[in-house]
Amino acid sequence: MAQGVLAFTETIDGVLKQISFEAVSTAKQIAEKIGGNVSAAILGTDGEKMAPQAAEYGADRVLVAQSPHLDENHIDACIDAAAQLINKTDPAVVVIGATARGKDIAARLSARLNAPLVMDAVAVDAADNGAITVTRPVYGGKLLADVQVSGTPAIIAIRPRALKAISAQAAGEVEMVAVDISESPVTLVAKHMDTGKIELTEADVVVTGGRGMGSGDYTVVETLAAVLGGAVGASRSAVDEGWRPVSDQVGQTGKVVSPNLYIACGVSGAIQHLAGMASSRVVVAVNTDPEAPIFSKCDFGIVGDLFEVVPAITAEVEKIKG
Amino acid sequence: MEIAVLIKHVPSTESAVDIADGGVAVKTDGMTWVMNPYDEMAVEEALKIRTAAGGSVTVFTLGPEKSVEALRTALAMGADTAVRIDPEGKSLDSLGVARVLAGELKKGAFDLVIAGHRAVDDDAFQVGPAVAEFMGIPHISMVIAEEIADGRIRCTRTVEGGTLVLESPLPALITTQRGLNEPRYASLPGIMKAKKKPIDTRLVSTTGTDPGEPIVRVIGLHLPPVRKPGQMVDGDSAAAKAASLVRALREDARVI
Repeated sequence: MAQGVLAFTETIDGVLKQISFEAVSTAKQIAEKIGGNVSAAILGTDGEKMAPQAAEYGADRVLVAQSPHLDENHIDACIDAAAQLINKTDPAVVVIGATARGKDIAARLSARLNAPLVMDAVAVDAADNGAITVTRPVYGGKLLADVQVSGTPAIIAIRPRALKAISAQAAGEVEMVAVDISESPVTLVAKHMDTGKIELTEADVVVTGGRGMGSGDYTVVETLAAVLGGAVGASRSAVDEGWRPVSDQVGQTGKVVSPNLYIACGVSGAIQHLAGMASSRVVVAVNTDPEAPIFSKCDFGIVGDLFEVVPAITAEVEKIKG
Repeated sequence: MEIAVLIKHVPSTESAVDIADGGVAVKTDGMTWVMNPYDEMAVEEALKIRTAAGGSVTVFTLGPEKSVEALRTALAMGADTAVRIDPEGKSLDSLGVARVLAGELKKGAFDLVIAGHRAVDDDAFQVGPAVAEFMGIPHISMVIAEEIADGRIRCTRTVEGGTLVLESPLPALITTQRGLNEPRYASLPGIMKAKKKPIDTRLVSTTGTDPGEPIVRVIGLHLPPVRKPGQMVDGDSAAAKAASLVRALREDARVI
């Protein structure tokens, strides 16, 4: 009978991403209720080096899938390897990060294994009798749905930053597993990574510029984001104006962000934008229009010209950070 | 080039969403319904490819009678034929939908299948890749640029912090991401013509594909926690307001 929880980690250039620890921690919390071991899976031969880190978050066992064809840029290979690890270990629950790659892996695994999938989980509640209720946003975050599944393994794809990574040292016994990966029909031609840029969905702080920016000159927003160690976002209208790339868009048809601090500058607060930032912990809004809808959805509001207020905030933060 | 596009009829993103009595579905009356925005990009890209390479564009949807409106929009944009699979009141989960769509697609000889990367109602990100899996073809998700040559498709897809350029043999399935194109508006003659085009309606029970019993079910919907009314930060100058704000963020909210 299926038992225990298997967490898939995600690597980037040979290191584990933060979402990996969130996945292992979530797996541990589920296993405490439904019983069985916590296993962490690392896809790629380099995984042995990374195994101790997975153990720090509660992995009793770390499975390292080995094949020369296996790395994060070959999704099909990752799916093949994941399916083989699941068949080998027969877990009751699988946890994976709902990242761009993780969503692909989860969706295809679910079809291949005829296993139920809950995408973008933001809360997981396991009852002592083993029943699991997973909460996920729908309608771009305007509503939350509580979902139950039947069948195993239940695949839970967790939204980055929604569930905490909690240190909990465990044995982390490493097991190298040879997987049989056929050569993928999809080949990698090139990879372009924005060096030094913080990904919006992974950022602790997001500073967003909206229509009030008036042009593609985002210097004041970029400077504040830089002193706070955060990422720069944009509203849909700013993207439509061509001021920022679509990859910066926050909202229902862009990215959903969950930072500790969200600072909206010159953003009026259209319903789609509010949905995309709703899970931020603290929201600050700066806008010249005191009637802007954003002011009803923020913790702190400043009515004023963002080109005066935002540099003043930057100066204050710099004072503290010395 | 024979292209299939998978589309869904959804409430527009401008719509406020309310929970219906019973707590597991949304109130649908009074909402504006549209073609899923990512599916509009899929239709647009299919039309562009047809212009360059010839062939035809067939749009598929699985949904109730009302979802024919999304098919009409696709026809008005320029799609050649439209297929609606009627669920006959049966509730299907994402895997069930993907199974039925894959079954119907396999009856054709499509070189390329294009779908939105997600629908803006369920946000499940599942149907596209699952259809590819059931069809046994490769897929590339969240595509912002594509190029077809010599029976292969080369795509730029988004990942966290950058993009990957991937190449796959056809047939393949791709899902769209914002940035791929700006969908055209249907012209008035296009809309008039679309009204006359027949819709190929099929019943899920006669497709020969068993969608299976739903294995994922919503047991309750609720509103996200409401943010407590915020405090307006006052001051005589921008500098004074900024100083009060930063003090509050540091001492009260503890986020700096």
